[in-house]
Amino acid sequence: MKPKKTIRPEHKKQHAKNTIRSIKRHWQLYLIVALPLVYLIVFKYMPIIGSQIAFRDYNFKGGIWHSPFVGLKYFKMFFQSPQFWRLMGNTLGLSVYGIVLGVFPPIILAIALNYVRVRWFGKTVQMVTYMPYFISTVLIVGILSQMLSLTGPVNHLIENLGGQAIHFMGEPKLFKTLYVFSDVWQKTGYNAVIYISALAAVDQELHEAATVDGANIWQRIRYIDIPSIMPTAVILLIMSCGHILTIGYEKVLLLQNDLNMATSDIISTYVYRIGLSGMQYSYSTAIGIFQSVVSLILLLVVNKIADKVADTSLI
Amino acid sequence: MKRKVMSKSNRIFYIVNTVLLMICLLLVAMPILNVVASSLSSPSAVIRGQVSFWPKGWNIDAYEEIFSNRSLLTGYKNSIIYTIVGTCVNIVLTIMAAYPLSVKDFIGRKVISALFIFVMIFTAPLIPTYLNVKNLGLLDSMWALILPGAISVYNMIIARTYFQNSIPGEMLESARLDGCDDIRVLVNMVLPLSKSILAVLVLYYAIAHWNSYFDAFIYLSSENKFTLQVVLRNIMNSVAALEEMATTAEQSMRAANIEVLKYAIIVFGSIPLIILYPFVQKHFVKGVMIGSVKG
Repeated sequence: MKPKKTIRPEHKKQHAKNTIRSIKRHWQLYLIVALPLVYLIVFKYMPIIGSQIAFRDYNFKGGIWHSPFVGLKYFKMFFQSPQFWRLMGNTLGLSVYGIVLGVFPPIILAIALNYVRVRWFGKTVQMVTYMPYFISTVLIVGILSQMLSLTGPVNHLIENLGGQAIHFMGEPKLFKTLYVFSDVWQKTGYNAVIYISALAAVDQELHEAATVDGANIWQRIRYIDIPSIMPTAVILLIMSCGHILTIGYEKVLLLQNDLNMATSDIISTYVYRIGLSGMQYSYSTAIGIFQSVVSLILLLVVNKIADKVADTSLI
Repeated sequence: MKRKVMSKSNRIFYIVNTVLLMICLLLVAMPILNVVASSLSSPSAVIRGQVSFWPKGWNIDAYEEIFSNRSLLTGYKNSIIYTIVGTCVNIVLTIMAAYPLSVKDFIGRKVISALFIFVMIFTAPLIPTYLNVKNLGLLDSMWALILPGAISVYNMIIARTYFQNSIPGEMLESARLDGCDDIRVLVNMVLPLSKSILAVLVLYYAIAHWNSYFDAFIYLSSENKFTLQVVLRNIMNSVAALEEMATTAEQSMRAANIEVLKYAIIVFGSIPLIILYPFVQKHFVKGVMIGSVKG
């Protein structure tokens, strides 16, 4: 739909007049949008401008604009540091593990819920599985550490079965698994919602026709449901690849302790630690820029792919 | 209802399906039930692992301790204030951004949208963000938790999409032709027709405020300003340290009490969620749907 006063390009004068008229007509909109714009500049673009300290030796006297310029010193320092590969490995390992394990549970749950015949049962399952999404990260980590503490229920179970108690929270080898599984526990119900709505949009006549032709439920899932939620799944999967370097600050930081540092130290937590605790402002910012730029590129690439694959770009 | 003889494979399917969903239900519910039951049990039962899903040796000392704990109550109060003020700021600013961007012949709309979308996909690193808050003099104040995140671009896009697609444009256009100005169109027509989306946004923002930890952790330094999440974390940490030091009988008695206290703290921290959950459940699904339809 086009606005009423459609202008033909050849009438340039008319066009300019219309522009002015439109601006005059909507002067209040400019007034309204001014405050959000101020917000955007002060709280979003100022820090981006402030990111130039990655190219300077930041000191408090010189601040953002007058600290000595050092070029790419801090970027080189990061790429050459022994931390680089360890951090990249931990970050990518954690992300990929999370993506791979996170794909299927919501799909399975959504399909299962789609075929429940007793309504209240389906509703109950959905309501309960959906709830953990709203629990704060602090409390999720609290629940996890209580369940898995040396005197917690899981270790009691292991001991009753004749095993040795495991110090889950302090075991570097288990960190990724704890992180990923607690994420699956928390988010499967929520992530299923989007698939449930995709399944609800499937044409019921397809199912009826298939049933008439003698298809059983397994076949209907295989040939009707799965193909119709595929585009959604692909998009979500591709999009999650765009955030591969910027995973969960908060949760990793909360799960981190001296014992599991070998596997729990990721780029985000390193940026925090050397920046705010270690006061190496320029170095930390350089790593942060690296992270943001890689993410930006990934997101653009991923968006292009999603565009090609499913004909729906997300940006 | 159609009554048909079900084929064997379908019968197997329904059995598998029900079992699968039962397992899902139990996996999610068991830890939650165990936390609640443990928080109401006697310390010795908890330490010996006798509590499953029902309290053993009924005991509410832990809750009494919580309600006499000053810092927890202060944290609760602070979190409520920050959430209410923060959500109001969020909603007002989000509407102020979303409405102009939803008007089709608003010149400058594309540029402004691009400015918003850019900050969604390129975030400034931690330190420049921190220094910015510091330079603005907001450190250790409530506004450090509210202003930097005043507009979530994602939520703004949801609102804009709703204004564009769910409110008949012709209606607004004819109101404008009748001499109704943009502000009156917004206040008298658009907002009353957007109650459902506003409810979703309020929920999104309020839950994000209530649950957020990191901002409060880095920006606040005075204890009397801490949010509930920070206080919860501090208590969990300090009691963990206490537990590790326990050697004598008296100390391990204390450690057992603390164990129960931790369970109670988890329940205490979730109370607002439990109260709001039915409401959340109703509106959130709608939000996910609207969010998945992009504009």
